[in-house]
Amino acid sequence: MYAKSKDLWVFVETGEDGSPVSGLDLLNPGKELAGKQGGALTAVIIGGNNEAAEKACAECGADKIITIGGEEYARYTTDAYSGALGYLVEKYRPETILIGATANGRDLAPRIASRFDTGIVADCIGFEVEEETGNLVCMRPISSGSMIVSCICPGSRPQIASVRLNTFKKSAPSENRAAERIREKYHVQADSIRTVILEVINNKSARANLEDAEIIVSGGRGTGGEGGFVLLRELADVLGGVVAASRAATDEGWIPSSSLIGQTGKSVAPKLYIACGISGALQHVCGMSDSDVIVAINRDANAPIFEIADYGVVGDMFKVVPAFIEEVKKARA
Amino acid sequence: MNILVCVKQVPDTENDTIKIDPATNTVIRDGVQCVMSDFDRYALEAAARIKDSDSSVQIVVMTVGPEQARDVVKHSLSVSADKAYLITDPAFSGSDAMATSYIIAEAIKKIEDLEGRIDAIFFGKQAIDGETAQVGPGVAEKLGYPQVTCCVGVSAADGRMIAEKEVKGGIERVSVSVPCILTFAKPEWEPRFSTIKRKLAANKAVIPVLSANDIPSIDKNRVGPAGSKVKIKHTLVPEKKSGALMINEETPEESAAELFKKLSRANII
Repeated sequence: MYAKSKDLWVFVETGEDGSPVSGLDLLNPGKELAGKQGGALTAVIIGGNNEAAEKACAECGADKIITIGGEEYARYTTDAYSGALGYLVEKYRPETILIGATANGRDLAPRIASRFDTGIVADCIGFEVEEETGNLVCMRPISSGSMIVSCICPGSRPQIASVRLNTFKKSAPSENRAAERIREKYHVQADSIRTVILEVINNKSARANLEDAEIIVSGGRGTGGEGGFVLLRELADVLGGVVAASRAATDEGWIPSSSLIGQTGKSVAPKLYIACGISGALQHVCGMSDSDVIVAINRDANAPIFEIADYGVVGDMFKVVPAFIEEVKKARA
Repeated sequence: MNILVCVKQVPDTENDTIKIDPATNTVIRDGVQCVMSDFDRYALEAAARIKDSDSSVQIVVMTVGPEQARDVVKHSLSVSADKAYLITDPAFSGSDAMATSYIIAEAIKKIEDLEGRIDAIFFGKQAIDGETAQVGPGVAEKLGYPQVTCCVGVSAADGRMIAEKEVKGGIERVSVSVPCILTFAKPEWEPRFSTIKRKLAANKAVIPVLSANDIPSIDKNRVGPAGSKVKIKHTLVPEKKSGALMINEETPEESAAELFKKLSRANII
C-alpha cells in the first residue's frame, strides 16, 4: 500500500475512564520523526469518551488529533479497535504508525499490519529516519537484549512499529496548544464483535501492576522460600513498591507466576529495581535491564547480576534487607 | 473437535548458551540445543486440558521450520498431541513475522483439507527467541478469525471457547466464537511431561511433511527474504554497563546503611 500523506501517527491508548495509558510518551520522539518525514504529528484516539485524551495530546505536542468515539470502544476488543483503526488507516494512509507495546498494543498492531500486508517491527527502543527514502529505522533488542538490530520496511506503508514501554518520556505539557481536531465516525455493530467479556476478575494485589510500579523489589533462589518473600514485601511496603520474582522463585511456587520478571514473564523498567538473591541469568535480566537504577544484593560476589547493577551489596539478604528497612524507617521517623 | 497448536523450535536459552560471533555480529547457533518455545508448551497443555474433559478432541500440532524442527513436533506427540505436521521448505527460510503468518495461514487451510474443520488454533503469545508476538494475530487476520491474546486458561462450552485473558490488574473471562485463535501467556499451571509409552509411539510416528509445492495456494513471492517487508539494516552488540558500584562494609548493617545513604543522596529513594 502506498501512503497518501507523510503524517506520522501515534496511537494513544486510553483506559476505561478515558485517560491516556500509553502514547503520550511517543508524541515526544514522534515530533522530530514526523518533521524528518515531512508530515504532521498525529495522535489517533479510539475510546468511549475521548475528551481528556484529546486535551492531553494537544498539550503534549500533537499537530493533529483524529478520534473515533462510541460505546463499543469503552473497553478494548480486538474486533472493534482493529475495525476502527483499520478504517482510519484505509482512509488516510499515513506514512508511519507508532503504537505502545502494551498488551492491547501488541494485540492490535500486528492485526493491522497483517490486514494491510505492511511491515511491522516489534518492541522498538529507538528510531531514526532515512532522509532520502523516508524509511523509519527501527531499533529493537533481540536475543534477550544481547544484540540490537535496526530494521526498515522499504516500499511498505504505513510502516508500523510497536514501542517498548518506558522507553520515552512524555514532554512537559504546555497548555492552550492548538491542534487540528478531526472527529471521525465509525460504528461497529455489537454482533460483529466476536468476543464477549463475561467477567472481569480484578486482582487488586499490587503484583498485578508490575508494569506500572516505580519501585520493584524482586527475589530469586536466594530468598529461600515464602518466608523470604515476606521480608521482601516488607521492604516493598516501606518503599511504596511492589514485589516480583525471578523464575527460580516462581518455579518453586514461593510466589505466583504472575509476578515473574523475564523472558517468560513480564518486562519492566521501574525507577528502582532491587534484586535480592537473584543471580542474574540472561532470561531474567532481559526483563529488567532497562530499569533506571538497579540494586543487587547477593551473597555471591561473582553473580552476573552485579555486571548490570548500578549498586551492589555482597551479603546475606536476610541481614542486609532488615537493616536497610530500619534505615528507611529511621530516616522517615 | 480439532484443536491445532502451532509450535516453534528455539535455541535453549535456559542455560545462557546464546553467544554472539564478534566477527559477524550474529547469534552462534551451532551446537546450541533446541527446545519448544516455553509459551508454546502452555498452548499445547491448554489443548491437552480440553481433551482431558472431552476425549473426542483431536490435537494437531504444526511447526514451520527447518528439517530439525521435526524434534519439537515429535516432542509434542510424546506429550499430548495426536497428529503433527512439519511445514518445511528452503523457500520459507528467512521469512519475517508477517510472511510467516502468511505461510501458517495457508498451511492451516491445507491441514483443514486433510483433517477436517479446525475449531481453534493455539499459539504461545510469543516465541522466546524472536519475541515479536506478531504471528498469532497475524494469522488470525489472514484467516479472518477472532483472537484472544495472553490467555492463561481456556475451556470449550456450547460451541464457543471461554478464555481467561490476562489483562492489566486481573483476568478477563472472554467468550469467543469458533473458529478462533488464542495465544497463551504463562499460566499458574505447569505443562505435563511425556510418558515412556507415548515417547516410543512418537519415535515411530510418521510425521507428514508439507513443502511449498504441497500447499499450492502459497504465493512464493510472499515468503522468504524477498517476501518479507522487514529488512535488517545493521546488527550491533550494545555496550555493557561498567559494573556495579560495590558496597562491602564490615557488617551487613553497615552495608545496608551505606546503601541507604547512597540511594538517598542520589535522590533515588
